[in-house]
Amino acid sequence: MATEMEAEICDALYADVGKPETEAHVHEISLVKSSCLFALKNLKKWMKPKKVHARLMTFPSTARITKEPLGVVLVISAWNYPLLLSLDPVIGAIAAGNAVVLKPSEVAPATSSLLAELLPRYVDSTCIKVVEGGVSETTALLELKWDKIFYTGNSKVGRMVMASATKHLTPVVLELGGKCPVVVDSNINLHVTAKRIAAGKWGCNNGQACIAPDFIITTESFAPKLLEALKKVLEKFYGKDPLLSEDLSRVVTPNHFNRLLDLMDDEMVSDKIVFGGQRDEQKLKIAPTIFLDVPLDSAMMKEEIFGPLLPIITVEKIHESFGLINSMTKPLAAYLFTRDSKLQKQFESTISAGGMILNDTSVHLTNPHLPFGGVGESGTGSYHGRFTFDAFSHGKAVLHRGFGGEAKARYPPYSSAKLKILKGVLAGKLGAHIQAILGFPRGK
Amino acid sequence: MGTMAASVEEIGAAAPQALELHALQHLGELRSTFESGRTRPLAWRQSQLRGLLRLLAEKEDEAFRALHDDLGKHRAEAYRDEVGVLIKSCNAALREVGKWVAPEKVWAPLVAFPANAQVVPEPLGVVLIFSCWNFPLGLSLEPLIGAIAAGNAVVLKPSELAPATAKFLEDNIGDYMDATAVKVIQGGPAVGEQLMEQRWDKVLFTGCPRVARMVMAAASKHLTPVALELGGKCPCIFDSASVGTGRNLQTSVNRVIFAKWSSCAGQACVAIDYILVEERFAPTLIKMLKSTLKRFMADSDQMARIVNARHFQRLTGLLKDPAVAASVLHGGKLDAKSLCIEPTILLNPPLDSAIMTEEIFGPLLPIITVKKIEDSIAFVRARPKPLAVYAFTNSAPLKRRIVEETSSGSVTFNDAVVQYGIDTLPFGGVGQSGFGQYHGKYSFEMFSHKKAVLKRGFLVEAMLRYPPWDEQKIAMMRHLYRYNYIRFIFTFLGLSRT
Repeated sequence: MATEMEAEICDALYADVGKPETEAHVHEISLVKSSCLFALKNLKKWMKPKKVHARLMTFPSTARITKEPLGVVLVISAWNYPLLLSLDPVIGAIAAGNAVVLKPSEVAPATSSLLAELLPRYVDSTCIKVVEGGVSETTALLELKWDKIFYTGNSKVGRMVMASATKHLTPVVLELGGKCPVVVDSNINLHVTAKRIAAGKWGCNNGQACIAPDFIITTESFAPKLLEALKKVLEKFYGKDPLLSEDLSRVVTPNHFNRLLDLMDDEMVSDKIVFGGQRDEQKLKIAPTIFLDVPLDSAMMKEEIFGPLLPIITVEKIHESFGLINSMTKPLAAYLFTRDSKLQKQFESTISAGGMILNDTSVHLTNPHLPFGGVGESGTGSYHGRFTFDAFSHGKAVLHRGFGGEAKARYPPYSSAKLKILKGVLAGKLGAHIQAILGFPRGK
Repeated sequence: MGTMAASVEEIGAAAPQALELHALQHLGELRSTFESGRTRPLAWRQSQLRGLLRLLAEKEDEAFRALHDDLGKHRAEAYRDEVGVLIKSCNAALREVGKWVAPEKVWAPLVAFPANAQVVPEPLGVVLIFSCWNFPLGLSLEPLIGAIAAGNAVVLKPSELAPATAKFLEDNIGDYMDATAVKVIQGGPAVGEQLMEQRWDKVLFTGCPRVARMVMAAASKHLTPVALELGGKCPCIFDSASVGTGRNLQTSVNRVIFAKWSSCAGQACVAIDYILVEERFAPTLIKMLKSTLKRFMADSDQMARIVNARHFQRLTGLLKDPAVAASVLHGGKLDAKSLCIEPTILLNPPLDSAIMTEEIFGPLLPIITVKKIEDSIAFVRARPKPLAVYAFTNSAPLKRRIVEETSSGSVTFNDAVVQYGIDTLPFGGVGQSGFGQYHGKYSFEMFSHKKAVLKRGFLVEAMLRYPPWDEQKIAMMRHLYRYNYIRFIFTFLGLSRT
C-alpha cells in the first residue's frame, strides 16, 4: 500500500498539512515501509518464547516467557504525521497478533479518508478496521472495552483517554508532547548546529511535530552568533521569502493558525522578534520566526508551541539551562549541542526526557532499536521496532514443574524443623534444598 | 486485633485537613530529596537494600507477631510466603542492581555515523505504593525493593486492614532506611484519596478492581502512570487421567492444598480459586483432598484466619445460597468469634452463583466437573482473564493448548503459587487481572524510565537532509532508509538515474 499508493498518499498529506513531497516521503512513507520491513524481518524472533533461568527453589522446573496478543486494541492517531502515527502503531499491533481499530485524526481528513478507503484493500478487514470521525465518535469508541488503547496527541486529551480507560481498567500508551528544549553551547560546529536545528524545527512539518525543538537556551554571549547562523541557514533553505517556498508545510487549520498568531502577537513577546514574522492568512502559512529573550511567563514559554516560532532564551552560564529545563514538565525530547563531554554527561544525568540527542535533533525516532516515548507529562509507554510489538503484547510467565522435587517442608503441620529447612531453601542454600527434596524433616 | 483496629479508626477519623497537610509535607520532602540527587548513586541504593535486609533479620520476631495479629499466620507460613521471599528478593537486587542500572548499547545505523545509541534507565522520581492486607509485608516491601533499586523516593501506603503490619512498617522503616527518601503513611480510604490528589511519578496498586478504578481515575488527572495488580478467579485444571494415581496424585493434592488453604487461607490473588476435573475422577480427588487435609490441617493454628468480620460475612454469604449450601461436601464450619472458616469443598455449585462469579478469596474450594478435561479450556476462556492458570497434567498436547488458548498473567504446570517466588519470571496480570509486571528485574523496570540517548558528532554531514529539496535527494533518502548503501553511493555520485 505504501509503495503502490505513494502518489495518493503524498496528495493527501499535502491537502491536509501542505506537507512538501520530500517530507511526506522521508518522514512518513519511508518510515512506514521500513517499520513494516523491520517487523517482517524480526517477527519470528519476537514471537519466540524466551527461556529464563528457573530457580533452584522449584527444581526441577523450566520457566519461559511467552508473548501473546492482548486482544482487540484501539489506536488513535494525530494530524501532524497522519500516515505514520496511524500505521506505525498498527504495524506493531498486528505483528503482536491483535485485532485493531484505527481512529485517524479528523483534523487531517484527506489522510483519514484515504486510510479508510485503502486499508481494507490491503489488509484483512475482518481484523483491522478504520473508524473515522471526530470528538463524538472518539468518545463513543472510548466507552467500549479495549485490551489496550494507544493514543498520540496532546496531554489534555491524553488525560481524557486515560480517564475513559479507567472504566474497563484498560492499559494505555500515551504519546504526548511537551516543550522540547535545545541547549546550545559555544563549543560546537556552528554551521552544522544551525542546520540541524533548522531541519528539526522547520523541516519537520514547520514545527508542528512532538519532537521538534520548541525553544533554544544558549549563553548571552553566544546568542548573536547563533542567531546569525540560523538566519543564514534559513535563507538558504527557504529563500528570501519563505512564504513562497514549496518546502515549508502550512499550519494545519485556521484554529491553529490563530493560536500561533496569538502567541506571536502577544504584547509580552511581539517586540522580541528578531527574524521572520511574516504570515499569510489565506494560505495558512507562517514564516520561520525567531524571538530573543521572551519572558519565561509568557504564553509562548508556558505552552507547547507546535509551530514555526522559535524563542531563544539566554542565560549567563550554560549550566543554568539545566535548572530552567527541570523547572518545566518533562518533555518528549531534549537536545544538547556541545563538544564538551563533561557537559554531555551532566545533561544526560540531570535532564529527564522521553529521549535525548546530543548534537542533533529529531533523528532518534528513526532508530528502531531505541524506545520512543515520553515520561511524566510527555506520556507513558514507548514504541518503535520491537517496543511496539511489546506494547501490544502480554509477556505471560509459564512455569513447568514435574512431580519430583517434592518438599514436605512446605506443607503444614508446621514445625521449627520445617521452618529451618524453608529458611535454607529460600536463602538458596544447596544443603537445605537437598534436605527438602529428600523429604526432611522425617515424621509429620 | 481489637486495639489495633481502634487506633486505625482514630486515625481515619482525624481532621481531613490535618491529614492532607501531613501528606503534602511528606511529598514535599520526598521531592526535595529526589531532586537533590540523593537517591541516584548506586551506593545509596545498595545501602538501602542492606538496611532492609537488616530490618528483616533483626525484626523477624516482631514481623511474625504482626502477621499473626493481623491474619493468624503461622511463623512458617509468614516466613515461607513473606519474610523469606523478601530476603531472597532483596539479596538478588543487591547482587544485580549494578547490572540493571547500566546503560544498554543499541545498534545505530551506518547512515547516522558517527553515532552512539544507548538506552539509559533513570528513576521516575517520587512513587507511591499501595499494598494489600493479605500479604501486607510482602506486597509492601517487594515493590519497595524495586523502587529503591531504581533510585526513586517512595511513599508506602500499607493497607489499614492489616494494622499491626502497617504499624510495624511505620515504626521500623525509618530506622533502617533513609527516612528522607522512604516514608510510610498509614490510614484508610480517606488518606488514600488524599494521596491520589497529588501527582506522582508512578503508582503501584495491589488490590481489588473497585478501588483500582478510583486510583486510575485520580491518576489520569495528573497523567500519573499506574500499575495495577488485581486478582481474578484462578482456575486449576486437574487432568487426573495423565496425573495417574499413587505418588504423583498425592504430590498434586499436596500442592493443591498448599495453593488453596496454606497460603493465607485462600485469601491470595494467586490462590487456586476453583478446580476443573473430569466427572469420573472427581470422587477420587475429593477423597484424597479430604484425607490429606486431615493430615495437614489437624490443628486450627495451621491455617490463617479470615482478615476481618466484613470479609467473614462476605464468605459466609457465599454459602448462604441454598443451592450452594447443598453442594458443600466437606467442611463448612464457620466460627465468627475467631474468624475461622474450616477448609470447605463444594461439588458443582451453580455456575451463576456468586461463589462461581466473584473471586472467592477464602478457604472455599468449588470443584466443577467436566465431561472431558479439554472442555476446561473453553470454560476458562469464557471467563475474565485471571492472574494465574494452573494445571496438573502430564499431557504435552493439553499443556500446549492451555498456554496457547487461554490468557492469564501466568501459567504454572503441576504446582501453584510458587511462580510468585521466581524472580526471573514477570509477575502481573492481563485484562481484568491488571497490568504492569514486577519481581526481580521487572520491579526495577516498573519504576524506571528507559531514556533513549543518541550521540552524534559533527563530522559527517548529509546534505541531503536539508531543503531545498529535489528528486535526487529523495532518491538518496529512499536508498538510505533501506540501508542500501551501494545504490546510495551511486546516486550520490550521479551514477544512477533518479
